[in-house]
Amino acid sequence: MRYSALRILREGLTGNKGWKSVWREPEPKAEYDIVIVGGGGHGLATAYYLAKEFGHKNIAVLEKGWLGSGNIGRNTTIIRSNYMLPGNEPFYEMSLKLWEGLEQDFNYNAMVSQRSILNLYHSDAQRDAFVRRANAMMLAGADAEIADADQLRAELPFLDFDNARFPIKGGLFQRRGGTVRHDAVAWGYARGADARGVDIIQNCEVTGFDIENGRCTGVQTSRGAIRAKKVAVCVAGSSGRVMEKAGMRLPIESHVLQAFVTEGLKPVIPGVITFGAGHFYVSQSDKGGLVFGGDIDGYNSYAQRGNLPVVEDVAEGGMAIMPMIGRARLLRSWGGIMDMSMDGSPFIDKTHIEGLYFNGGWCYGGFKATPASGFCYAHLLAKGEPHPVATQMRLDRFMTGNLIDEKGVGNQPNLH
Amino acid sequence: MIINHPLLGPRDAAEFVYLGDASLIDRPDWEAEDAAAQFHAYGYLRDNPAGAHQELWYHEQGDRSWLVVTRDTTTHEITQVELARDVARARGRDR
Repeated sequence: MRYSALRILREGLTGNKGWKSVWREPEPKAEYDIVIVGGGGHGLATAYYLAKEFGHKNIAVLEKGWLGSGNIGRNTTIIRSNYMLPGNEPFYEMSLKLWEGLEQDFNYNAMVSQRSILNLYHSDAQRDAFVRRANAMMLAGADAEIADADQLRAELPFLDFDNARFPIKGGLFQRRGGTVRHDAVAWGYARGADARGVDIIQNCEVTGFDIENGRCTGVQTSRGAIRAKKVAVCVAGSSGRVMEKAGMRLPIESHVLQAFVTEGLKPVIPGVITFGAGHFYVSQSDKGGLVFGGDIDGYNSYAQRGNLPVVEDVAEGGMAIMPMIGRARLLRSWGGIMDMSMDGSPFIDKTHIEGLYFNGGWCYGGFKATPASGFCYAHLLAKGEPHPVATQMRLDRFMTGNLIDEKGVGNQPNLH
Repeated sequence: MIINHPLLGPRDAAEFVYLGDASLIDRPDWEAEDAAAQFHAYGYLRDNPAGAHQELWYHEQGDRSWLVVTRDTTTHEITQVELARDVARARGRDR
């Protein structure tokens, strides 16, 4: 069923009796060509693009809980492509281009809002670093714009430009960045994949992999064994727990990242704004709440909640750039589990076990990557070789020395 | 989180810096045949367990000792705190 304005009008006039379930709830079959483990944003996007772009039909997505119950439902909804390194930037720019056409492509309102993202800088050295980043972004086909303090004063008068400790000297704009309704991304991809014959199986936990002679032939699940020609794991946050069942150790630590929402306010913050001297980023949701976050807590964790020192640190970051935020009352906060990789960059790769594929290590930047991650993973699964923009996202890059370390802090996951 | 320091008693975790898995104490032998593979595993691969985890914390805002803390990564409950020095010596290191 296609959604359109005409359809809404017709349903409105006929008592809204024609709407159907958005996806089926099928029983798992005994065998599939491709089984995707993890029904979050990346897994559903992978299934969608496999079916739509690469002509695969016999696919299942297995989800332990309910669809989209992981990080696709717990993030701060920001999209952007303001990376620098050649292993990353073309990939994230592809992702941003896919976001721009996504709603027309899967015929679902994901509320993609290109309201801009602004990274503030506070010193001359930081300006130079951001100019360099802006140049790298433009080389990869992305948009970037350096704004000085006068321009920002005109556009965002509420910022604390003359802060004694961290004066605001300017910022790096990416006008095409913005926010997306995160749950709708999962629902849109699920609906699109289901319509093309993909079986989305919820409440189906993978409990083990069938591996014979170095080849993965299927999975054991809480709803029985399922054979598969290819098994594609896509469970960022739980990567360690799942890949352990295949006997693999990963270059990943699991960490908790907290996020916060205030009470609903009238429109005050036009785009996404990030602090350059500490870790703080904020946007305003369409409901009016300020959505913000900062650093990970910094220690291994699978608990979806954090501790108070980071709450204080995030609040201080907010107060340093926009003191008006101190008047808003915090409604709720929550934590999500991040795959923090050893160089801060992700993996989309085969494993040493034939037929077993791995997608993970997204650190706290997985949401913006959803479309390109799905597309590139589907490309790898369908063609057996990586998509041109994802060739460096290899699992063995620490052995070969080809790290993608945007921050340059080395193999210390809690610093990325 | 409160870390019960073996010498100083209960201290706020915010006084500490976190390094990671306590297996970092067990530096591989650089003269071994497969030293490159061993150092790759040592530097980059982690067990990353959901449950009991032995990890290194550094008391930077305190007495600057290294501790091995045993903590449950699913509940954040700390069950054991030892001086890293004692743990390393028990594993055969000279210091």
